[in-house]
Amino acid sequence: MPQLIPATINSGLPLAGVLFLATFVLLFGSFLLFLASKLGTRKYDPVKYQSYECGIPAQEKKDTKISVKFYLTAILFIVFDIEIIFMYPWARTFKEFIDSGNGLYILASMGFFLFVFIFGLFWEVKSKALEWD
Amino acid sequence: MGKDVFEVTINCIKLIVVFLMMVQAVPILVWLERRGSAFIQNRFGPNRVGPLGLVQLLADAVKFLFKEEFFPENGTKFLYYAAPVVALVPATLAYCAIPLGHPLQYGEYLFRLQGFDVNVGIVYVLGVSGLAAYAILLAGFGSGNKYSLLGALRASAQIISYELALGLSIVGIILLYGTFNLNEMVAMQQGPLSFSFRGHEILVSWLPNWGIFYQPLGFVLFFASIFAESNRLPFDLAEGEAELVAGFHVEYGGFKMLLFFIGEYGHMMVGSGLLATFYMGGYGIPYITNQALWQTFMDWTQDGQLAHILVSAATFAMFSFKLALCLWFFVQVRWTLPRFRYDQLMDLGWKTMLPWALFNVIATALFIFVAHG
Repeated sequence: MPQLIPATINSGLPLAGVLFLATFVLLFGSFLLFLASKLGTRKYDPVKYQSYECGIPAQEKKDTKISVKFYLTAILFIVFDIEIIFMYPWARTFKEFIDSGNGLYILASMGFFLFVFIFGLFWEVKSKALEWD
Repeated sequence: MGKDVFEVTINCIKLIVVFLMMVQAVPILVWLERRGSAFIQNRFGPNRVGPLGLVQLLADAVKFLFKEEFFPENGTKFLYYAAPVVALVPATLAYCAIPLGHPLQYGEYLFRLQGFDVNVGIVYVLGVSGLAAYAILLAGFGSGNKYSLLGALRASAQIISYELALGLSIVGIILLYGTFNLNEMVAMQQGPLSFSFRGHEILVSWLPNWGIFYQPLGFVLFFASIFAESNRLPFDLAEGEAELVAGFHVEYGGFKMLLFFIGEYGHMMVGSGLLATFYMGGYGIPYITNQALWQTFMDWTQDGQLAHILVSAATFAMFSFKLALCLWFFVQVRWTLPRFRYDQLMDLGWKTMLPWALFNVIATALFIFVAHG
């Protein structure tokens, strides 16, 4: 197979494509919703527009109390996800560091980072932050 | 027409075609799911509209279009209408970054069978598919309904919890290939299994050179995570009928519901496509390299250009086959495993899969260090 010539089509800004596609998809979805709203029949009935409940009229409006567990989960997610994102460049350059002879250095530095990570996870489990009842 | 205008036009058309390909795969998937579940449960399933009931969802879509437009009086109008449209975006953006076939060389042009070739492929895909939680939360808050809100919170907590295991299993993949680019990953998985261990070249000719043989644990973790990410059984706590009626889309009906469905099935396709790309050789045909494939076609047709087109077509067919296989597995699992309880789900994500994913990263790093050193 002859060597493929570097991209002629598809060169330029890849992110311009992302913007274009996102706009197109949003327009596509909005257009379909608009079409559905024009084509659909409409019969007014006050009961139909109440929110779906078990049958009796809703007492509260929308200030439903939310378990603080969800909030805690979100916070822990952010902490751990950022730690995981830090591993990506490390993993990307790992082989290059080994080839240049600094393998032990990069392994040990990530070892220390992972120690903090694992200690954090252990601490969370120990302090019952991950218990759901 | 200038050259630049031509290229931009081709690229835009290609993006729209990939998006429409994803959208039109949804009716087939829904058909596969309903038909498959019917056969598993010893029923017939949809078999009236068209041959084997294949046109069922097309008829449904037309019906959805003529359904009554409905807005719950407690809801927030903008959020309520924005949610189904936003649900389409992340799956589409992620799907367009997955390589669907070998790049096609035509004259001086190189035509990639891929929406856009982002050189930070994995990071980009993870970033945009993380936006899926927004559509769910918008739907939950916009509906003004307790079931919706609880379903949305559960779904987003579940998605973000399993994103940790997902992200960590991908670290193993990056360690293995040393690149973020999905095309380069596929190129590295050609041919039979071969790697070098402390200077010795090892060749296992009866296995393809796929990521799954280097990362078996990572494969299992990734596979379980994409089930949770796309809210499928056994992880569909977001819409557990017995507890939440239907979860975040209780108040949605008609076409808005269909848009949510397209988003959900799109997520399944993105997950399956990534699984195929990371662990099953992507568009590559097992055991043979693309070079050898081109040579075979060249000997057969005696035409270099035609051979290029045939290579692209064959690899695209191979990718579609792998995708279909993964998607069939989604259906199979749905009718095999029961649903988890919510605390079991969270325990599985945080206390089982996250530590195993960490172990996988450490083991992979140590192995590569020993094998390379």
